[in-house]
Amino acid sequence: MKFMLMMNAPGKGPYQIAKWPLEDIKAHIAFMKDFNKQLQKSGELVGAEGLSGPDQAKLVKAGKDGSPITDGVFPEAKEFLAGYWIVDVDSAERAYAIAAAASMAPGPGGTPLHLAIEVREVMSGPPTDYTP
Amino acid sequence: MIELAELRELAPMVLSAVVRRYRDFAASEDAVQEALLAAAQQWPVTGVPEHPRAWLISVASRRMVDHVRSEAARRKREEIVVSLVPPEDQLALQADTEAHDDTLELLFTCCHPALSPSSAIALTLRAVGGLTTLEIAKAYLVPEATMAQRISRAKATIKESATGFDPPTEADVAARMRAVTHVLYLMFNEGYTASAGAELVRTDLAFEAIRVTRMLLRKRPDDPEVAGLLALMLLTDARRTARTGPHGELVPLDEQDRSRWDRTQIAEGTALVTAAFARGAVGPYQLQAAIAACHDEAASTEATDWPQIVALYSVLLAIEDNPMVALNLAIAEAMVDGPAAGLARLAQVDARLGGHYRVDAVRAHLLERAGDLAGARTHYERAAARTASLAERDYLLARAAQLRDR
Repeated sequence: MKFMLMMNAPGKGPYQIAKWPLEDIKAHIAFMKDFNKQLQKSGELVGAEGLSGPDQAKLVKAGKDGSPITDGVFPEAKEFLAGYWIVDVDSAERAYAIAAAASMAPGPGGTPLHLAIEVREVMSGPPTDYTP
Repeated sequence: MIELAELRELAPMVLSAVVRRYRDFAASEDAVQEALLAAAQQWPVTGVPEHPRAWLISVASRRMVDHVRSEAARRKREEIVVSLVPPEDQLALQADTEAHDDTLELLFTCCHPALSPSSAIALTLRAVGGLTTLEIAKAYLVPEATMAQRISRAKATIKESATGFDPPTEADVAARMRAVTHVLYLMFNEGYTASAGAELVRTDLAFEAIRVTRMLLRKRPDDPEVAGLLALMLLTDARRTARTGPHGELVPLDEQDRSRWDRTQIAEGTALVTAAFARGAVGPYQLQAAIAACHDEAASTEATDWPQIVALYSVLLAIEDNPMVALNLAIAEAMVDGPAAGLARLAQVDARLGGHYRVDAVRAHLLERAGDLAGARTHYERAAARTASLAERDYLLARAAQLRDR
């Protein structure tokens, strides 16, 4: 079963990583790197990406002729997608356990951030054969 | 040119020979994988060697010598005998071309009770199926490095388990055989069901499952459940091309173009399951194969021998009290006695399936047949919202939409 784990960071509050002391930033990055390495070693990691900040984000719509119309910037967003993992695991419980571990990523002063991780199953399950 | 399938057929024999010599399953398995990769690279250029199996054993053995040496160096244990024999002499030993085929023992190892099904399938595909890590990774749509880790962890898990790599004791053989057939069944399903959808890049797991089950049947020709499993795979796979439409969408059984079903596979599967039934020890795989045969032999849904299917599902339900089987029985009963009978059966299993989307899908279908279109629509939509299969969701949404437009 594949799951996408989405790490949502609040737009305000403690997750303003750029404002943390250097030591804390380093610890946070080291945690994430190690976390990914562990998932890789357990044979469960399908992919993981961190996303650039919300101030870089654009909303894109197609104009009348289909050409892109970009809109932005949205610095006041309540929360934003900071990054995601896709894992291939044996059960939903295992995906939740991985999400909980990610939620423990250290913040300022090394205190766990307890970030909310949204866990969604990827639609990769097998369909059933339909008898009439 | 040697066919890929032939190269894969050699894999378990080569592995058997190397494990016999070096008594280290985990390292031997890696060595054989390297030998297979070397063969895939070199043979197209140099041509197939005169004795392909001996060539593979010799290359794998060379890797094992390197492995043992580096291990010895690491541990500084000079007394390891193998490392004292020069590689040239090691290779001379390989003149032994006696065929060792412990495919069954390898299957027992790979389908170890300590492993999760997905790990067991991956290890079986590599050690017995002779697939490369990359091919297995592609089949599962995961990165190659992830699959490599999964396989090496599987081997580590077996090593650390109480029974380790030892073959099962006489008392455990029956349980381990059940584990083997279950893993092969899951491998088949993984491949068969995944053929729905746009991604046909997947290595054909269904094909591999059939191939390995054939190998198993050669080793256990008298086991009617192994014959039943192979029959079930063949009879199901026979419908494969007809079960998806041009855009990869699911086509239900009653709408499939039956002229596209593979008659050769149907004939083989039917013969297998008929012969297995004659032995008298009827089991779940034979029963499911017999049900598949009822569908495969019918010219249409209406011409299907539904009373026979009801009887077979009833026996299956008596053997294993599985609510999913009861769900299928409900459909068959509805075909014989009308939708009300099916809905009554459904009411019995409902609670046990705890809101599983399949219950909604079946209920929707039965309500539709009973003429309750609004009810059917609601349940199709409910099922669509909860399935984890994209192809199935699309199918269920389309059914719901058709009812809305009526």
